[in-house]
Amino acid sequence: MDTLFRFFSFDDANVRLVTLGTVLLGAAAAVVGAFAYLRKRSLVGDAIAHAVLPGVVLAFVLVENKNPLALIGGALFSGWLALLSIDGIRSYSKLKLDTIIGLVLSVFFGFGIFMLTAVQHSGLANQAGLDKFLFGKAASMSPTDIYAFAGLSALLLLLVTLFYKAFKIVSFNRDYAITLGLPVKLSEFVLSTLTVLAVTTGIQAVGVVLMAALLITPAAAARSWTDRLLIMLLLAAAFGALGGLVGSFISYSAPRMPTGPWIVMSLSFFALFSLLFAPKRGVLAKVYKQRKNREKIITENLLKALYVLGERQGNPQCLITEKELKSHRSFGLTEFPLAIRKLQNRLLIIANGSGYRLSDTGLTEAARVVRLHRLWEMYLTTRMNMRSDHIHPNAETVEHIITPELEAELIKELNRPRKDPHESEIPYN
Amino acid sequence: MNDLYIILTASFISVSCALIGSFLVLRQMAMVGDAISHAVLPGIVLAYLFAGNRDSATMLVGAVVLGVFATMLIELFHKKTRLQEDAAIGVTFTWLFALGVILISVYTGQVDLDQDCVLYGEIAYVPLDLWFTNSGANLGPKPLWIAGALLILVLGFILRGYRGLFLTSFNPDFAAGMGISVVAWHYALMSMVSVTTVVSFESVGAILVVALLIAPAASAYLLTKSLPRMLAVAAAFGVLSSILGYYLAKWLDGSIAGAISSVAGVLFVLALGISRLEAKGLPRMAEQ
Repeated sequence: MDTLFRFFSFDDANVRLVTLGTVLLGAAAAVVGAFAYLRKRSLVGDAIAHAVLPGVVLAFVLVENKNPLALIGGALFSGWLALLSIDGIRSYSKLKLDTIIGLVLSVFFGFGIFMLTAVQHSGLANQAGLDKFLFGKAASMSPTDIYAFAGLSALLLLLVTLFYKAFKIVSFNRDYAITLGLPVKLSEFVLSTLTVLAVTTGIQAVGVVLMAALLITPAAAARSWTDRLLIMLLLAAAFGALGGLVGSFISYSAPRMPTGPWIVMSLSFFALFSLLFAPKRGVLAKVYKQRKNREKIITENLLKALYVLGERQGNPQCLITEKELKSHRSFGLTEFPLAIRKLQNRLLIIANGSGYRLSDTGLTEAARVVRLHRLWEMYLTTRMNMRSDHIHPNAETVEHIITPELEAELIKELNRPRKDPHESEIPYN
Repeated sequence: MNDLYIILTASFISVSCALIGSFLVLRQMAMVGDAISHAVLPGIVLAYLFAGNRDSATMLVGAVVLGVFATMLIELFHKKTRLQEDAAIGVTFTWLFALGVILISVYTGQVDLDQDCVLYGEIAYVPLDLWFTNSGANLGPKPLWIAGALLILVLGFILRGYRGLFLTSFNPDFAAGMGISVVAWHYALMSMVSVTTVVSFESVGAILVVALLIAPAASAYLLTKSLPRMLAVAAAFGVLSSILGYYLAKWLDGSIAGAISSVAGVLFVLALGISRLEAKGLPRMAEQ
């Protein structure tokens, strides 16, 4: 608690710098990554993160010092070269995108490692610290780095605001953007450059491998919560920033802990949480919805079975035994007791000795399902010209999804038919 | 002699990688291979903590478990949560890799692994790690033996499972119709990727093993039209990269693994050029 308080008082200048830096970086990378995610190019960011290495080393060899501008220039150069290689190989060979990304990523990185080791062994002065680009050193960020992050974030914000509409349409529907006459190529160029820029600044903090997480993971988390781009961007930025904050806090409270991996851990936690618990798109929400649907279908089927069996004996509400029900229609092992329980709870059926019968409300509900089934069969035979022995399976599915509006429409269209194609009476209220 | 040891070890590893990588490229799973190569890291560290030493068997088990776990996680994210496949890959492997790095820093005293080794290995030390029998006879470098065993394992896997691998790679539906389990072969291959990765780890590191998995296979894919030829050409490219890479590294005094992947990249560019020439040459030949 004390540590938490001390951390958030930001008295320590170094803490202030590191936290500010990781928060800015996390937010900026997340926004760039969100666009990459929507363009289905998430792993391209990973490739760029690996591919900047040879450029950085080359820049160092050329200027013989670690001038940040020169290194960023070198990184931009080789990041861009990697992007061009990916696009080039894609249009000049039959290789699939994932192979090309893996190829470019590993070959560029391998070449970078080769150059880096050659430089390290060459005894060139000042080379120490170049490997900061490999693993990242968030804890030793300098004020210059923070200015770079701040500059990058400001630039990013400006460009996203300026190009918002173009970015949006390019991300969702590239062909449409072309027909609208939007600057598609320019937008893609700007987006790619932003990715390279974010990666270049970011790997100094978290390293080559984990940079991909800063781009991809917040976007994946944000996507679960919303279908709107603006909200997704804001959410991704918030997740990214929060990840940066948590990461710096953990490495502050336990100095042996590396900042970068903990940023990634917290981002992954946000993503996992979102994927599981987000309303609508989350796993739990979907499982719940599927269960509800299944329940609706089996209860409606049971009601219908009771109605049809009763109808044969002249009274839809007469007592039907469990055996009769099961021989009329096969229910899954757990389905039958589940449906019975649900229907009893809703007072739609009444248990009586060895059997069940429909209550008054149950009769109305069962008649509705039977009506929909028979109306739809009528529609299929009269309007779709399907033979009467082909229509039952389709009606079995459609009866569960016809809305009251559609029902009214069907009755109007078919002139309120009295009987279905199999000569069974259609029950109306 | 040292040169030969290193070149042989590198060749064994790169042939194993090229053979396994060919199936990854054919199945459009290259980046899953990349993900596995990162995801085995926590497995290695955990195995290390359990066994307390570099016991190869425990490390293999740890790596296979984590490799298969990563594959399952990717599929789970992709299928159950509508997360795009490449994003699922990215989230999974960065998470597991971060976990591995954290484990290393927590148990820094107990785990004799450093980050440099994880990223680019050190094959140059191969001749130093000699294997002596109890009677003191020198059997040569240990990594060479391990790489040889890996190659035999991979060859055995592909020869024994050729039909299953072939059918499930090219026509999964047909394979399923023949009664071949697509899922079983999928996980068998993923386990082999994990084993190959973890054995190659010490020599070439996590990311360069990806170059060895993908580059020779991708080059061979461009130049051949049948699976046996693709496998043979990929293996040949692997060996060629190892030999040329070694001498390049020696000449410029750089990382051998880095040089090997650079050469593999150059060879790919050559293969791409040749395949383009062939594509252009064909119509003219047809005219004659």
